Amino acid sequence: MIYLDHNATTPLHPKVFDAMIPYLKEHFGNASSYYRIAREARAAIENARKKAAECIGAKPDEIVFTSGGTESDNLALRGAAHALRKKGNHIITSSIEHHAVLNTCKNLEKEGFNITFVPVDSNGLIDPDDIRKRITSETILMSVIAANNETGVIQPLSDIGAIAREKGIIFHTDAVQAVGKIPVQVETISADLLSFSGHKFYGPKGVGALYIRKDTPITPILTGGHHEYNLRAGTENTAAIVGFAEAASIAVSSLEEMSPQMAALRDRLEKRIMETIDGVKINGLNAPRVPNTSNISFSSIDGESILLHLDLKDICASSGSACTTGSPEPSHVLSAMGLTLMDAQSTVRFSLGKENTEDEIDLTVEALIEIAGKLRKISSITV
Amino acid sequence: MDANPTESPQQWGPILFYNETLIDHFSNPRNVGEMTEDEANGYSLISDPSCGDQMKLWIKVVANRIVDIKFKSFGCPGAIASSSMMTVLARGKTIEEAKRLTDDDVIEGLGGIPERKKHCSLLGVGALHEAIKDYEQREISRKKK
Repeated sequence: MIYLDHNATTPLHPKVFDAMIPYLKEHFGNASSYYRIAREARAAIENARKKAAECIGAKPDEIVFTSGGTESDNLALRGAAHALRKKGNHIITSSIEHHAVLNTCKNLEKEGFNITFVPVDSNGLIDPDDIRKRITSETILMSVIAANNETGVIQPLSDIGAIAREKGIIFHTDAVQAVGKIPVQVETISADLLSFSGHKFYGPKGVGALYIRKDTPITPILTGGHHEYNLRAGTENTAAIVGFAEAASIAVSSLEEMSPQMAALRDRLEKRIMETIDGVKINGLNAPRVPNTSNISFSSIDGESILLHLDLKDICASSGSACTTGSPEPSHVLSAMGLTLMDAQSTVRFSLGKENTEDEIDLTVEALIEIAGKLRKISSITV
Repeated sequence: MDANPTESPQQWGPILFYNETLIDHFSNPRNVGEMTEDEANGYSLISDPSCGDQMKLWIKVVANRIVDIKFKSFGCPGAIASSSMMTVLARGKTIEEAKRLTDDDVIEGLGGIPERKKHCSLLGVGALHEAIKDYEQREISRKKK
């Protein structure tokens, strides 16, 4: 198998697995209980909190553990919007957010909030000035994705965050695809809220975190016991939290080494595809991108058809079109970048990981040459 | 949850399970190609506006029977496989028989298609009916001459 879908999920790092095991076995205590095995669980969680905080330049008590990126986004947006409702009802976000933000905003719209979806240019970039122009006296919250899951395009977060800070608006960023791929420091980008997720950086699924800058107004969305500073009720998933922090720590500390390696592999993939296959376009090519992601349109052939041919060769990638999920709409991200319906439908995303090799990249390119040839022979559209 | 995922793939979230027949028609589509104006006497070009799939179809009708059929298609695996299956079913049929072909016949021929991909199977049959219409109109104008 050649696995090139690391933006979907990553395999568990062996060291992370080892770190988790004791908390699934002998250290099973409820971290809120009184006795020794409970105190061990508590200590592990607080140690994890410290580690996770260090990864993004935060303080330990600014980290709340959640069930993943989606819950972090929900807590950030619903929590801040509800806490600030009396101050205003306007929220600014972008047109290329992950569905966890997009659909949460649409839900808040039904609750009476006004949402502005800021567009992107053909490179997938938001213009910070565009955001500034849309701020009103009612604006309480801004949410901008750090790095896009489909294209890997990195937004000018420092500029956007500075505007929010200047105007006294709470700033959230969905950094699920950024943490572990590029350096992310909450102070550099003036973030008040930042979502990240364990399984995107070789940690376990079902665990994430939300950074909440001290004194940020926020109300919980899950109510119950006094866990996680009263912001996220529910007995802590000790093993997952330990795994999350271990994975974050390994990913962030190996960034300097991994980042050029990823970029070299990604560039090799793109260069060879461009050299050998006609009618190919790399989306977001002229914008800053995370080093592992490549989003490519193969004109006149359907993305899902490429994916199935790749799957038959045991190569895992993902499609830019939501048609793989049975929904015929094209990707909202690619549409926002101005791609035609047909180009959006012809897109495949390759997201590389640390275990990928040059040989795997070359085999993938060979497979793509064959697949593109085969599908273009069938295609009713000429390149 | 005791349902067998292979029996009802559509109940198992967005993952689409294609069966072997469908994958075979996708990997080795039958009757792919084009026909020239001289070779074909029926042609259609149709697209599915909901998902951007497109199909071109050529038929050659001799003595009221489809003796040759060729297609080209831009689309997902469901669209390619159902186009291929449609040509297999249509080849050799009389015009009247071909007109009676439905998307259900194509789906049955493929041994089933995921629920959310059913709209793809309409493309092939739609193209066939349009090509037959084109043939019939050509026949009318030919006879007038």
